[in-house]
Amino acid sequence: MDALSGLALGFGNALTLANLGWALLGCFLGTAIGVLPGIGPALTIALLLPITFSVSATGAFILFCGIFYGAMYGGSTTSILLNTPGESGSIITSLEGAKMARNGRAGPALATAAIGSFVAGMVGTIGIAFLGPIIVELALQLGPAEYFALMVLCFVTVSAVLGGSAIRGLTSLFFGLLLGLVGIDLQTGQPRLTFGIPELLDGVNVVLVAVALFAVGETLYLAWRYVEGKQEVRAVGSIMMSRSDLKRSFWPWIRGAGLGFPFGVMPAGGTEMPTMLSYYAERKLAGPEARKEFGTTGAIEGVAGPEAANNAAAAGILVPMLTLGLPTSATAAIMLSAFQSYGIQPGPLLFTSQAELVWTLIASLFVANVMLVVLNLPLVGLWARILKIPQPQLYAGILVFATIGTYGISNSVVDLILLYGIGVIAMFMRRFDFPVAPVVIGMILGPMAEQAMRQALTISQGDWTTFVTRPVSACILAVALLALAGPRLYGAWLRRVAA
Amino acid sequence: MRRNLPDLGAALFVLLLGLLTAWQASVIPTSPIYAQVGPKAIPYLVAAGLLALGVALTVAALRGGWSDDIEELQGAAPLNLRALGLLLAGLLANLALIGPFGFTVAATAQFALVAAAFGSRAHLRNLAIAFVVSLGAYVLFVKLLGVNIGAGVVEGLLFGSPD
Repeated sequence: MDALSGLALGFGNALTLANLGWALLGCFLGTAIGVLPGIGPALTIALLLPITFSVSATGAFILFCGIFYGAMYGGSTTSILLNTPGESGSIITSLEGAKMARNGRAGPALATAAIGSFVAGMVGTIGIAFLGPIIVELALQLGPAEYFALMVLCFVTVSAVLGGSAIRGLTSLFFGLLLGLVGIDLQTGQPRLTFGIPELLDGVNVVLVAVALFAVGETLYLAWRYVEGKQEVRAVGSIMMSRSDLKRSFWPWIRGAGLGFPFGVMPAGGTEMPTMLSYYAERKLAGPEARKEFGTTGAIEGVAGPEAANNAAAAGILVPMLTLGLPTSATAAIMLSAFQSYGIQPGPLLFTSQAELVWTLIASLFVANVMLVVLNLPLVGLWARILKIPQPQLYAGILVFATIGTYGISNSVVDLILLYGIGVIAMFMRRFDFPVAPVVIGMILGPMAEQAMRQALTISQGDWTTFVTRPVSACILAVALLALAGPRLYGAWLRRVAA
Repeated sequence: MRRNLPDLGAALFVLLLGLLTAWQASVIPTSPIYAQVGPKAIPYLVAAGLLALGVALTVAALRGGWSDDIEELQGAAPLNLRALGLLLAGLLANLALIGPFGFTVAATAQFALVAAAFGSRAHLRNLAIAFVVSLGAYVLFVKLLGVNIGAGVVEGLLFGSPD
């Protein structure tokens, strides 16, 4: 199905009252949790996974995508008003945004962030609709060997390329792979890594791991370093942007969106790199007057560009997720497990076997974007009020819901022990700077990669060279190797030239 | 260069995890079903990966470690034993209470302890908030979403026995 007829079908479904309701609920929840420090979209969607038992797939995914997009909008509010970015993509926004807020320009900063997010969300969603079917065409030619190679590339980029250290990123990834191995082997029915505990035969639940990493570990780490004191929430003021604000924001929005989307689409998905690049680009391109505001009173370009890049990259992440079944962020990985709990196998066949679901989802992303800009511009005062929930009760509440999410899986105390155990590990991971997203991706993608590898080897009758003799697979593996070793070789070369 | 003891601890933990994985991989029963790659291959691969990374981290820790370069830790607050202890007590209270007394009692105790960990002193008010929030969550999940999160004393009194 081509993009236009797909979108026509999708909008027909998305504009029904029930689906509009799911989208509105998702946007509302997403903005709220995006604003609240300490909860992100990955955790929220994980906690809401039980609804997949009672809600239709379309409704659930519209809700999840609303949360996904909404959290991006909400995250910028926190980083501007509180100067504590809620998620990695908003770190850059808080650089200039918080400075603008300190100089009484919080309103225009919030407005340029919201409109920039809207512009980028639209560009990104159009990108999904038109790029998706093209990638599906290509992906249909791939066999298990190529799939395995793609997953290896995905592993390398999410763990070794992004973040501070390749060794620590890979350690996180292998911890995730280890968690994914627990349970009964699908092909031979043998129990693996269960330590003889019968509760582990079904494997470690992904909700449990997400909650342990993002709620329990984070809260424990906050307690570790807790210092009493009140955080200051800046006043919002008028959100009207002056004519010069608009003029200065327009091109950064467009450039940010153009920069962010390709980064999201690539399996190196992530929002840190494009937001950073956009920030440096805007600082370079700013006029002499505006450049003085960077780092001093806060330049509006430095909010508009990165915020657009952040949202466009987030939209781009949905492309490999929907077309290849490859998640490149923790949130996408959890959405993937939601597909699995409906018995839907994400991958290139999704666009044909579940065409209605996919296109309704894409149409809902447009709807959500419009809802979000409306929810965020006039109602920004309401979101600022959420920031005033006192910390003690906020974290206590987060842990109560974390318990519900885990205990609700099978009412087993073993699950709670695992939850707290992995939570303590996550706390130490925070302390020693091991990234947590590769754990989730390794855990969900690991079993899929193993299956693809064993399928490929069955087809080749046990010949391991199949991965390097098939040209496409060999190319992808070469790129993965380059991504792993390239930066180190480049660094060594730089040192030699300097010496 | 000086070795970094906390970092060494983290590295040794990764090595231990690798050893545990290797041990568990070795006890996987060999499959009677023919397969090109048996169920043991990937577990051994993961064990090998963890051991190799553990060795690399150990070497890094012996050469001075990496923690000193983490920006976030520069000037970070010291370990707050009181907050961490109260928080862990909250988690343990939940573990101990949820079986015998049910969700609402366990969650209320946990909420009050966690709030205290983060410096709240209005303990009675926290207990009241906790009770209302937990009971509300219970009704939402059990009655509306049909997810059982553990009935107990309070739930039995209010809604009758679960069966």
